[in-house]
Amino acid sequence: MPQLFSRKVNTYSRVTLFCALALPAGLIFAGSAITRSAANTNVNVPLDQPVPFSHKHHTEELGIDCRFCHPSVETSAKAGVPSTETCMACHSQIWTNAPALKPVRESYEKGTPIRWQRVNKVPEFVYFDHSIHIARGLNCNTCHGPVQKMHITWKGNYFFMRWCLECHNEPEKYLYADPAHPDMEPRQKAFELYKKNKYGQDLTPVEWRNLEGQPLKFDAKQVEAGKKLVEKYGVKTKQLTDCWTCHR
Amino acid sequence: MTKTDWTRCFAIVAAAISLAGCHNDMWTQPKLRAQQESDFFADGQADRMPVPGTIARGGLKEDEAYFTGRRNGKLVADLPSRVVLSKELLARGKERFEVFCTHCHGYAGDGKGMIAQRGLSLRRPPASYHTQRLREMPIGHFFEVMSRGFGVMFSQATRVPVEDRWAIAAYIRALQLSHDFDASSLAPDETQKLNVPADEQLGLPGAHKKGEAEGAPSKE
Repeated sequence: MPQLFSRKVNTYSRVTLFCALALPAGLIFAGSAITRSAANTNVNVPLDQPVPFSHKHHTEELGIDCRFCHPSVETSAKAGVPSTETCMACHSQIWTNAPALKPVRESYEKGTPIRWQRVNKVPEFVYFDHSIHIARGLNCNTCHGPVQKMHITWKGNYFFMRWCLECHNEPEKYLYADPAHPDMEPRQKAFELYKKNKYGQDLTPVEWRNLEGQPLKFDAKQVEAGKKLVEKYGVKTKQLTDCWTCHR
Repeated sequence: MTKTDWTRCFAIVAAAISLAGCHNDMWTQPKLRAQQESDFFADGQADRMPVPGTIARGGLKEDEAYFTGRRNGKLVADLPSRVVLSKELLARGKERFEVFCTHCHGYAGDGKGMIAQRGLSLRRPPASYHTQRLREMPIGHFFEVMSRGFGVMFSQATRVPVEDRWAIAAYIRALQLSHDFDASSLAPDETQKLNVPADEQLGLPGAHKKGEAEGAPSKE
């Protein structure tokens, strides 16, 4: 009786076995890579806006505090896009004929809002609140990336749930004290960083990484200090990972 | 049908049912959120203005001095009774002043803020608080200017709540005092403290490098 299978079949079967394992693994890998890529998340992608507003110019170069344009950030859920009136508070006097600011002037004259492209968005079943994050000493850049370096604003982080949970699980890895103002209210500390940067004061390595929107990389000692701050700032660690904290 | 057929059939139906459940109406809900666009209202905005004359619960502005800075049409010379002068009030005033006022009026209140230097002065310079006219002005004036605007200055009322406006007004008074004080009346150890550079007194160590930091292209 002749052989049922030729020698070639050995190779076929090996390739088949390999593919049976590698293909699903590859698909999963590719899928998650696409999900996390900028093509899907828009992270680090500056969006076209009706007015080429530069955070870099207004904050780092001019030194305007975040809260001048986003005054509700400390007291409400939304930081909000400033009203045209806020822009015109200065631009009724300076850069009054700049072509780039035409949409702002039109908006002010006609009372119609400027249609900005939304940069940061969480799904509508997430009830994110800015004020509590500021009140517990988190800096804008921790989530929004190096805003003071953005000429055209981009999204600093993908706001996936697992990303939120990194901090909600271990808040002690995200809180640090300002050595120059150890007793400063956490709310104020969040904005002090920009002032220090603007006036060229010495920043600690952690502050630099925070400013650049990079992971803070705490060592064991800093985590210990972080734990004390978690307690001092009244972070309610027990409910941080409860579903209803963010979802309703 | 064989057993395999039944299994297949079940698998297809189960897949169809679960795929039919895939939709994104939780991600994008029919509710309206702040600053969203809406096709329901004629002006296309989700944000609505309150009906004219609306008074929020507890928002009746009966206390004339507190909400307008005037009593019987005259600017108030003292803080309204609701505002308690304290160290905390001045600290709050300083913080808010630095957020909302310094761009034009400067950290020292001399009218030499960043924006002022970049063009506002071409038309009409922002006020310095250290003039005889403003030193003699009742405190209600500063509150009123913040609330209603003055000259080319816009009203800050939408950004700065009433209690903060009073805190800022109180801080402006403190700033004025700091520039209009006879240093020779101080005790020697207090005079020593005066030698600290003004920038540092304002809590801005390093601010004396201000000129370079602002003029030079910022470090990348």
